[in-house]
Amino acid sequence: MPAEILLEATDVSRRFGGLLAVDCASLTLARGEVHALIGTNGAGKSTLVNVLSGEIPASGGSVRLSGRDVTRWPQPRRARAGLGRSYQRATIFAQASVFENCRLTAQAHCQRAYDLWSDATRCSDATRAAEQAIARANLSAQARRVAGTLSHGQKRQLEIAMCLATAPSVLLLDEPLAGMGPEETDRMLLLLEALKPGHAVLLVEHDMDAVFRIADRITVMVSGRVIATGEPAAIRGNADVQSAYLGESVDDAPQAAAID
Amino acid sequence: MKFRRFAILVRQTSAWRGWPLAVAVVALALFPHVGGSFYVDLVLTTMILSIFALSLELLVGRTGLVSFGHAAFFGIAAYATALLSPSSQPPSLAWLLPAVVAIAALAALAIGAFCLRARGVYFIMVTLAFAQMTYFVFHDTKLAGGTDGMYLNVKPLLALDGDTLVDLRNPRTFYYATLVLLVLVYALLATIGRSRFGHALAGIRANEQRMRAAGFSTYGYKLAAFTLAGGLAGVAGFLHAVKDGFVSPEILAWHQSGAVLLMLILGGIGTLRGAVLGAFAFVLMKELFQSEALFGAFAKHWQLPLGLAVIACVALMPKGIVALPTQLRRFRAPLLHAG
Amino acid sequence: MDLAVFLVQCLNAVQYGLLLFLVASGLTLIFGILGVINLAHGSFYMIGAYLAYALAPLFAAQSGGGFPAALAIGVVLSIVFGYVLEWVFVSYLYERDHLQQVLMTYGLILVFEELRSIALGDDVHGVAVPGWLAGSVPLGGVMTYPVYRLFMSGVCLLVALALYAVIARTRVGMAIRAGASNREMVQALGVDIRLLYRIVFAAGVALAVFAGMLAAPVTSVYPGMGNQVLIVSFVVVVIGGIGSIRGALLASLLVGFVDTFGNVLVPQIAGVLVYVLMAVILLWRPEGLFRTG
Repeated sequence: MPAEILLEATDVSRRFGGLLAVDCASLTLARGEVHALIGTNGAGKSTLVNVLSGEIPASGGSVRLSGRDVTRWPQPRRARAGLGRSYQRATIFAQASVFENCRLTAQAHCQRAYDLWSDATRCSDATRAAEQAIARANLSAQARRVAGTLSHGQKRQLEIAMCLATAPSVLLLDEPLAGMGPEETDRMLLLLEALKPGHAVLLVEHDMDAVFRIADRITVMVSGRVIATGEPAAIRGNADVQSAYLGESVDDAPQAAAID
Repeated sequence: MKFRRFAILVRQTSAWRGWPLAVAVVALALFPHVGGSFYVDLVLTTMILSIFALSLELLVGRTGLVSFGHAAFFGIAAYATALLSPSSQPPSLAWLLPAVVAIAALAALAIGAFCLRARGVYFIMVTLAFAQMTYFVFHDTKLAGGTDGMYLNVKPLLALDGDTLVDLRNPRTFYYATLVLLVLVYALLATIGRSRFGHALAGIRANEQRMRAAGFSTYGYKLAAFTLAGGLAGVAGFLHAVKDGFVSPEILAWHQSGAVLLMLILGGIGTLRGAVLGAFAFVLMKELFQSEALFGAFAKHWQLPLGLAVIACVALMPKGIVALPTQLRRFRAPLLHAG
Repeated sequence: MDLAVFLVQCLNAVQYGLLLFLVASGLTLIFGILGVINLAHGSFYMIGAYLAYALAPLFAAQSGGGFPAALAIGVVLSIVFGYVLEWVFVSYLYERDHLQQVLMTYGLILVFEELRSIALGDDVHGVAVPGWLAGSVPLGGVMTYPVYRLFMSGVCLLVALALYAVIARTRVGMAIRAGASNREMVQALGVDIRLLYRIVFAAGVALAVFAGMLAAPVTSVYPGMGNQVLIVSFVVVVIGGIGSIRGALLASLLVGFVDTFGNVLVPQIAGVLVYVLMAVILLWRPEGLFRTG
């Protein structure tokens, strides 16, 4: 049964003055899979993610979300249509409670801004979505804590929870494992594995072990271009990828695969 | 048994957080009966400025948009009041006040649409520039008397079926009308603070990017806040025009915009009571420095101590008066535990 | 408008624009490098003008080196003043948010205004043009133009070129350009960022004071002059882009032309034209013509 394609980027380019940061990159995300995006520093991964999420406009190419052409849509509109993203640098609301963080992002789906009289915290849709998101991210015990007091790993979990609270179908995760120790990484990978069934996940990561553990497909970018896309085994054996990394993490990957 | 119930009732009642506010409102209501006319007038001016400060608090404190041009909407409303008032018969409050507020809100919508295209420090500068433009419109043109200003011919009143309910020509009535409007504006802003709209604005202040990523079209929210703030500033402008019966371009000067920002930081950014406290603190400071009884001939240079006080207050009490108890507690605590 | 009037107005526009550039370049540098929004910048201009009035015997000397001496005194005093001011006041503003910076520098405006009021009073004063620069000179047989205004334009142009040379060609300038886009990196490279800030601030103050001194004979000396130039400088910085000297020059000239010709062609609405220009540019480029960093 062919997987449902939720996000499709075709020949996306992004130019900054004279610099071509992303050069005709194409990518598809299907429901039920984790698609990892890897590449050396400056390869254009973050730029591509920013174009996909709508934060910066594409200089060329198109982006389709569940079949609809969203290339000209601004980020909030794409988010309301089911495109969620998390950030590399934590964008949580440090002064508010964990619960309020998720309730606020969940509010994006029942904004009703004209309703000035009712108390926002009584909005049952938002509170329900927040509770569910917090539960999925295994943060229920921390729900009433002030977000700024969480540990680094918990903050990254909150980042994902805030994304989940908006009930997205596509998740663009920008280095969610950054700065995490082995235990926290395991927890996060379990969480991502649990998210697979309902969502299409794009995972931008530098941690090669983690990538090869969880990814169903991998896309490799170098200098703004996609040089390879495929299953992990194929990527590992790809000569272009190996030369691009010059014998770095890719060569260590076979050990991780042996454990599965 | 009954005594216990009574004791619990007393404890619950004294724990009610609305007490300071209720006491303040009652004090303001009783003041005209005890104060001399000079002080009553001063309190009246301060209540009008409190409304002005509260309107800006929505923008600066809640949404995080530092506008240095808020006096524009105060001034536009004041001038609209004078311009719309007919020359012979007293106009009806029922249409004049809403009309003036609507005009101020529309002006805020138009100016906000431009200013909000700028971010960060650019925003501060363009709001200042647009306010200055409004100042020039009234100062240079003969639209409303130019530098001479304009008189309000007859003060408005509210009548129902021929009976006058509220006659703003009566100073006592005007005082209470102002107090009622202050309470209403405060209550409105408190309600908005709890609403979805208010929570969204707070989120925009904390991290606009995250709000956009979640699906909020933040420009629309910011423009709505700007328009609402402008409209509420219009209430204050209306009251100012009716109180003095006279408007001049000086109310649009950027010193007014600076003064109201100062009131907010004096009282404490982020709280409604801070805005009101700041207004009172500012007026008190200004009166103090202008007092010839205290400073003699030097009183005409009152801007010097005021400037120094501004610098000192912002430097030493950046969180304002409302944060003083916490600051003092933190200051005293190490001393208590020392030795 | 006949040709003579048109040319005269063009020269006036250039002169006003270049003078504005001196003030605005200081403002944009202080904001771009130090990250401080300095409302008191207009006060420096006012101080310069009143300094010219205070030094009038030297300044308006009919002959000899009085005038250059007065200018030199002004520049030296303002560099010292700016250096000290940065040290005791401005350096405390770096860590604060925009609102606090705005209000503290606003307090500074009040302080400067009153100190000037106490020291030199509130009257409007004229300052005579230095003797050897007085009078008008015929230009191209079509018209005559005041020598002093030509001198002003010339001096401002020289300063602009010098500024360009320093920023583009010297090591200090390189640090300044780097600092405008990435403060932490400059510090990491071992540049003494505190010293750099102090120099930049003092230079900004000196530029504004110098502009005020130059302008005194033309605009006369009056209490509110600082505020007016400040707001127009803000418009210039918004149009040109924060931190960009090139932007400040282009925007200053643009504002100079719009304001000068506006006053001649449509005097009733001339005051608002500059703001309309700003609004139009905002629609097109919300961060100015040449944004940096």
